[in-house]
Amino acid sequence: MHKKPIVYPYIPNSAPETKAAMMKEVGVTEPMQLYEEIPEHLKYNQEMKLPEPILDEYSIRRHTDEILGKNKTCGEYLSFLGAGCAQHFVPAVCDEINGRGEFLTAYVGESMGDHGKWQALFEYCSLMGELMDMDILSIPMYDGGQAASSSLRMANRINDRKKVLVPASMNPDIFMIVQNYLNSVPAPEIEIVKIGFEPNTGLMDLNDLKKNISADVSAVFIENPSYLGFIETQAEEIGKIARGAGAEFIVYTDPISLGVMEAPANYGATITCGDYHPLGLHLGAGGCQGGFIATHDDMKYISEFKDLMFGLTDTVQDGEWGFGEVLYDRTSYGSRDKGKEFTGTSTGLWAITAGVYLSLMGPQGMEEVGTTIMQNCQYAVKKIGELPGVKIQFSSPSFKEFVVNFDMTGKSVAQINKHLLEFKIFGGKDLSKEFPQFGQSALYCVTEVHQHKDLDKLVYALQGVISC
Amino acid sequence: MKKLGVIVNPIAGMGGRVGLKGSDGIEILKKAREMGAEPESPRRALEALKIIAKLKNEIEVLAYPDEMGADECRQAGLEPEVIGSIKSGETSPEDTMEAAREMAKKGVDLILFAGGDGTARNIYTAIGPEIPVLGIPAGVKIHSAVYAINPRSAGEVASLYLQGQVVNIREAEVMDIDEEAFREGRVNARLYGYLKVPVERRVQSVKSGARSEQAEVEGMAAEVVANMEKDTLYIIGPGTTTRAIMERLELPNTLLGVDVVLNRELIANDVGEKQLFNLLNQHGGNTRIIVTAIGGQGHIFGRGNQQISPRVIRLVGKKNIIVVASRDKLVALQPHPLLVDTGDPDLDQELSGYVRVVTGWEDSIMYRISNDAD
Amino acid sequence: MARQKKLLRDNYHQARWDEAIIFEMSVPGERGVLVPLACQNIIGQVGDGVSAIPANLRRKKAPALPEVNQMRVNRHFYHLSQETLGTDVTLGISEGTCTMKYSPKVQEHMAARHPGIVNVHPLQDPDTMQGILEIYYQVEQFLKEISGMDAFSLQPGGGAHGVYANASMIRAYHRARGDNKRTEIITTMFSHPCDAATPNTAGFKVITLMPDESGYPDLEAMKAALSERTAGIMITNPEDTGIYNPRIEEYVKAAHAVGAICSYDQANANGMLGIHRAREAGFDLVHFNLHKTFSAPHGCMGPATGAIGVKEFLKPFLPVPRVEFDGQKYILNSNYPDSIGKVRSYFGNTNVVLKAYMWIMQHGAEGLKEAAICSVLNNQYFMKKIAAIPGIVIWYAKGKRRLEQVRYSWEKLKQDTGVGTDDVNKRIVDFGIEHYWTSHHPWVVPEPFTLEPCESYNKEDLDEYIEVLQQISKEAHEDANFVKTAPHKAASHRPTHEAIDDAELIAVTWRQYLKKRGKK
Repeated sequence: MHKKPIVYPYIPNSAPETKAAMMKEVGVTEPMQLYEEIPEHLKYNQEMKLPEPILDEYSIRRHTDEILGKNKTCGEYLSFLGAGCAQHFVPAVCDEINGRGEFLTAYVGESMGDHGKWQALFEYCSLMGELMDMDILSIPMYDGGQAASSSLRMANRINDRKKVLVPASMNPDIFMIVQNYLNSVPAPEIEIVKIGFEPNTGLMDLNDLKKNISADVSAVFIENPSYLGFIETQAEEIGKIARGAGAEFIVYTDPISLGVMEAPANYGATITCGDYHPLGLHLGAGGCQGGFIATHDDMKYISEFKDLMFGLTDTVQDGEWGFGEVLYDRTSYGSRDKGKEFTGTSTGLWAITAGVYLSLMGPQGMEEVGTTIMQNCQYAVKKIGELPGVKIQFSSPSFKEFVVNFDMTGKSVAQINKHLLEFKIFGGKDLSKEFPQFGQSALYCVTEVHQHKDLDKLVYALQGVISC
Repeated sequence: MKKLGVIVNPIAGMGGRVGLKGSDGIEILKKAREMGAEPESPRRALEALKIIAKLKNEIEVLAYPDEMGADECRQAGLEPEVIGSIKSGETSPEDTMEAAREMAKKGVDLILFAGGDGTARNIYTAIGPEIPVLGIPAGVKIHSAVYAINPRSAGEVASLYLQGQVVNIREAEVMDIDEEAFREGRVNARLYGYLKVPVERRVQSVKSGARSEQAEVEGMAAEVVANMEKDTLYIIGPGTTTRAIMERLELPNTLLGVDVVLNRELIANDVGEKQLFNLLNQHGGNTRIIVTAIGGQGHIFGRGNQQISPRVIRLVGKKNIIVVASRDKLVALQPHPLLVDTGDPDLDQELSGYVRVVTGWEDSIMYRISNDAD
Repeated sequence: MARQKKLLRDNYHQARWDEAIIFEMSVPGERGVLVPLACQNIIGQVGDGVSAIPANLRRKKAPALPEVNQMRVNRHFYHLSQETLGTDVTLGISEGTCTMKYSPKVQEHMAARHPGIVNVHPLQDPDTMQGILEIYYQVEQFLKEISGMDAFSLQPGGGAHGVYANASMIRAYHRARGDNKRTEIITTMFSHPCDAATPNTAGFKVITLMPDESGYPDLEAMKAALSERTAGIMITNPEDTGIYNPRIEEYVKAAHAVGAICSYDQANANGMLGIHRAREAGFDLVHFNLHKTFSAPHGCMGPATGAIGVKEFLKPFLPVPRVEFDGQKYILNSNYPDSIGKVRSYFGNTNVVLKAYMWIMQHGAEGLKEAAICSVLNNQYFMKKIAAIPGIVIWYAKGKRRLEQVRYSWEKLKQDTGVGTDDVNKRIVDFGIEHYWTSHHPWVVPEPFTLEPCESYNKEDLDEYIEVLQQISKEAHEDANFVKTAPHKAASHRPTHEAIDDAELIAVTWRQYLKKRGKK
C-alpha cells in the first residue's frame, strides 16, 4: 500500500499536485533527477538515522516543553551566579521589540528597504557612545571575549608591538578566547603576560606592571569592575603607565556600572570594550551575550575596527535621514603588514535590544540602577562577611560581584552549593579550580533584581549550610 | 559646475576594419581610406556622449571643432563650447595634443577621448598625468589600460564622476606599439607612462568583503618585502604595482623601467638589457624577478619590460619569478590568462602553466600563464 | 471594480515614518522605565552605596542618554521595525547564500518565552540544566548523522566564527604533530569571503583559486598550489554559483596527498540534506549555519550559530566545554588538553540551537530530504523562468542543473539600458521585496545578483518574484532613469553617501554627528 505523502507546513511545494507540476516544468520525472550533477557514488543512498519526526505543532511544543522543563531556572531558584552573565531587570519593551518579526527575521538588506534596522543599530552605537563617553562604535560582536580579543588585535595593528599585559585576575574564559585569538602562525607571536595582583585587594600589582612595561608592549588590558568583582581603584594610574610607554590602555568594563562609575575614557582608556549583556537581555543559558568596542574619534582607531559601521547621512529627499557604510574597505583589511580579522553575523538583535534598554533607562535610570546594585551588593557583603568562618576575600570595594572564602568553614564550595540547592538557591560560581590560591572560594553576584528578603534568605541558608 | 573636455580622434579604428593594424602615419591612412575604411570613433564617441547628455544642464562641455568632438557632442544633444581649430578631414596627432593642452589650460575636470593607443599616448605626451582622463575605446590596438570596457561604460563612469558620485581614481598604463613593426608581425610595445582614470566603485552591502585596490597593493608590497631573502638580487620590473615594493623599501623607483635591488639596497635604477645581464653574471648568487601584468591584456613579459629579455629570464630561472598584481586586475582579466611574449617561443612555452600571483598581505591567487593570447 | 487576482504589488508602499533619531525625542525629565531601588533597611545599613567608589572613578557627568517616556520609546522602535524587511514580511528569496527560510513561530515562542531557557544561567550546576544539555547533545548527534562527521561543537556565534574556529583547529592539529611549516590555506574565489578572511585571522597565508571556464575552481591550479606548506583547503560545494562540483573528491584527495586538512564550508548545504554528505566526499572538517539551513532566524545579523564538525582524529581540538552523556546524565567536559580553548563564552547561542533542534525534530530524515528536494526544485524552476527575462544572463555551466541557488547577471541589461544590478536592487524594494544579495567582492560575474528560493516559498511566491524582475527589466528598457532613481516607495530614499570614507563625513554615533554637522 502506498503511504500518503506528508505535506509539511513549512515546505509548501511538498503538496503533491504542485510538486508534480513543477517537476514537469523543469523536466524531471523523479526528484533525484534534480541532482544529476552529483555523481552516484557521492550520493547518500541510505536514510539518515534521525528520530521519528514529531509532525504536528502541538506535539513539538509539548515535547520541547518537557525537555526544557528539566531545567531549573533562576525564577524558581534564587541565583547568585554572575561571572559575565548576571541576572538583571529586563523591561518588557525590550522583549516586545526583539520579538518583532521584522527585526527577528531581517538580515543584510541595504539602508532603504531596511532603513529601520540601520537606524536601530545606529542608535545602539549612539546610546552606547554616550555611556562610554566615546564617539566610535561599530555594530556588535559575538560577545565580550571577542571584544577583548579584537581590542588587543586592534592595538597590535595600531602600534605593531607584539606583547600585551593582562591582569592575572581576569576572567579565565575570556582569557582562553583571547589566547586562541592572538595565537597566530607567523612568528613572532603576540606574547601575553599576566600581571600579578595583591592577594588582599585583588588590585593589580603595580610593581609587577612596571617591571613588565616597556616600549615593546602593545597594550595594557584591565577589567573594571573586574571579573572577581572588585573595582580596580588604580585604573587611572595604570593608564598613565601604559600610555607613558606608548601602549594602548584597554579597559573591559561592565556597561551597567557606568551610571555611577566613571566612563573608562575619562580615566585614560584609549579603547573601551565589554559585553553588553546586562543591558536588557535575559540569561538565556548564555545565549544572549554581545560584545562592543568603543574608541575616540580618531582615524587611527576608526580604521582598525573590524566590523561594519553605519554612518548617519542624508538622502536625495530633503530632510530625510539616511545611512551609509563607513570605511567599508576596513571590513576585510589588506593593508600593510597589519593582520586582518573577519566580520560576519554576530548579535544584531541583541544590540537593538540594548539600544531599547538605554532609551528607556535614560541618564537617571542608569544612575539609579548602578546605585541599587552597589547598595544591595554592599549589604550582601556585610551580612555574608559576618557569618562565622566566612571571609570576604578582598578588602577593596566591589560593584556587583565579590569573592567569598569558605576555607574556615571546613566545607568545599561544591558541598555548599549542593546544599544551597535544597534551599532553592544557586550559590556563587566555584572558583576553586580557576583560582586555587583562594582555596574554597566562590564568586557571588548581587544586582538590582535581588530584594532585601532574597539577600536575607541567602544569608540564612548559608548560615545553615556551613553550620550543619 | 564641472567641466568636461571632449576629444575625438576621428580616424582611430579605421585601420582595423581593413586589417591594417593601426592607423598611424598618413600613408597608411590613405591606404585605409582607399580600401573603404569608415571612421569608427565618431560613432563610438556618440554612444558615450548620449549618456552624458542627460547631465546637459549640470555640466559645461568643451570640444574640439567638427569631427574632433563638436559634431559628436551636438549629435548627442550637448551644446559644447568649441575651442581651437583644425583642418577638417586632415586631422593629425598634433591636433589631439593641442586639444588636450588647451583643455588643460581651461581647467577641465575630465577629458573624455575616443581613440586608440596612439591617442592615449598623444594625450599623455601633451599634458602628463595631471588631469583625469577616460578613453572611449575606438582604436584597433588597445594595449593601454586607460579605456572603459565599452563606449556605454565610458559614458556611465564619466557621468558618475562629473556628478561627484562614488568613483575611484586609478593610475592606468599608457602603452603603444611600434605600428610599423606590428604590421610586419612583430610586437614591440612600450610603456609610456600612466594617466589618472576614474573607475566605477561599487558599494556592496554587508557580506561582500571588498577592500580598496590601494590597500591591497600596499599589502602585496609588504608581503613581498617581508619575504625578501638575503644576498639575493631582485630585478624589479616596471609599473605602479611593483612601484609599491620600491616605496615599501624606501628606494628610488623607475616607474617605466627596471630597477635592481640587493639586501634592500638599490644597485641600479632603470637598467637596460645588457646592464641587467651583466649585473646577473657579476652577482652569481640567488636571483629573483618581480613583475606585474602590464597593460590591458595582462602581459607579464614582452610588453613594456623588454629589458627582461629571454636570456635574463633563463638565467634567473622560472621558479624564481615572482608575479604580483591586484585582485581587481586579475578579475578584470577573467577568463583570459596572463600572457608571456618574450620573443622566444620555447621560453614562452616553458613559462606557461600556473603561477601564484601575490595579491596582498598573506594573500595570493593561483593564475594561469599562457603563451597564446587566445 | 473588483480586484482581479494578481501577484505584482504595484500599489505597495513601505511604511515611511520619517522617524526622528531617538535623541531628538528627548524631553528633559521624562522617564521610560523605573528601576528597583534598594529598600530603606539596606540603605540604612550601607548608605548610598556609591561612596565606595574612589572619587576619580565616580561618574562626574551623567551619560547624555535621551529622556523619553515609555510609550514613545515603544512606538519609536515599532516604527523602525515597520521600516525593516524581515522574512516575516518579505520574500527572503532575495538574499541568496543566506537561506532565508521561514523560522517557525513555535520555535520562537519556546526559545524567547520558556523560562527553561530564558531564565537559565549557563554556569548552573549541570544537574540543574539537563534539558539544555540534552538539546545540545541531541543536535550534535543529528548533525553527525546529517554530515557523517564524528563530533560537533555548537559554540561559535556565527558562520564566519565557525570557519574561524575550523582554521584554528587546523593550526592546532599541525602544531600538535610538531609540523610548523604549514602556513598556507587554499580557498576558492566563489567561496564565502570568510573562507579567506578567517584563516588569515588565524595566521595563515591564503591562496585563492580562480574559477575555470566552466565555473569550477581550477583543479590544475590547486594541484600547482599544494605543497608541504599547505595546512588545509577551505572550500564550498556548491559554490555561490549553485553549481555542484562533481570532481570534489579529486580536490580532497590531492589535498590529503600532501598532508593538508580539508574543510567543507556547508553554508550552502540546504539543497543536499540527506542527499550528499561531507564524509562521503572525504572531508575532515565541516561547518553548518544553524541560522540558515536549520531555520533559526537571522535577527538583523545574529545571534547565530556556526556548528563545526570533525572527524575523530580532530576531536581533541574542538572548543571546550563539550557536552557529553555519561550513561546517566549529560555533563560538561573541558578535559581536552589539546583543545583550541574557547571561541565564545559559555557554550554558545543556546536559543539558536534550540530552534534548530525543533526544526530537525519536526521533519525527521524524510522531511529534511524533502526540504532539500523542494529547495532545489524551486531553484531550477526559478532559474528556467528567470533565464527568459530580457537583460539577464547566466554565467557558466550551460545546461547543467544547479542546486539551491544561482548567481545571475544583469550584464546584458547594463549594456542595453545602462541599468545595472545596483539600480535594480534599489527598485526591487518598491514592490515589497527585500534588496537582493549581489555577490561578494570581487565581481567575477559582472552585474551579479544571487537568489535562493528555498523550500519555504511556494510557486506563487516564486512567480511573484519573477514578475517583479520582469517588470523592472521592462522599466529599464522604457525609462532607465526611473529605475536609476529608485527606490520611490521604500522607507527611505537613496542616501547621498552610500559609502562614507571621508573623515569629515563619518558619523557613526549621534554625538559624532552633532560635533561634525553642528546640528542641534
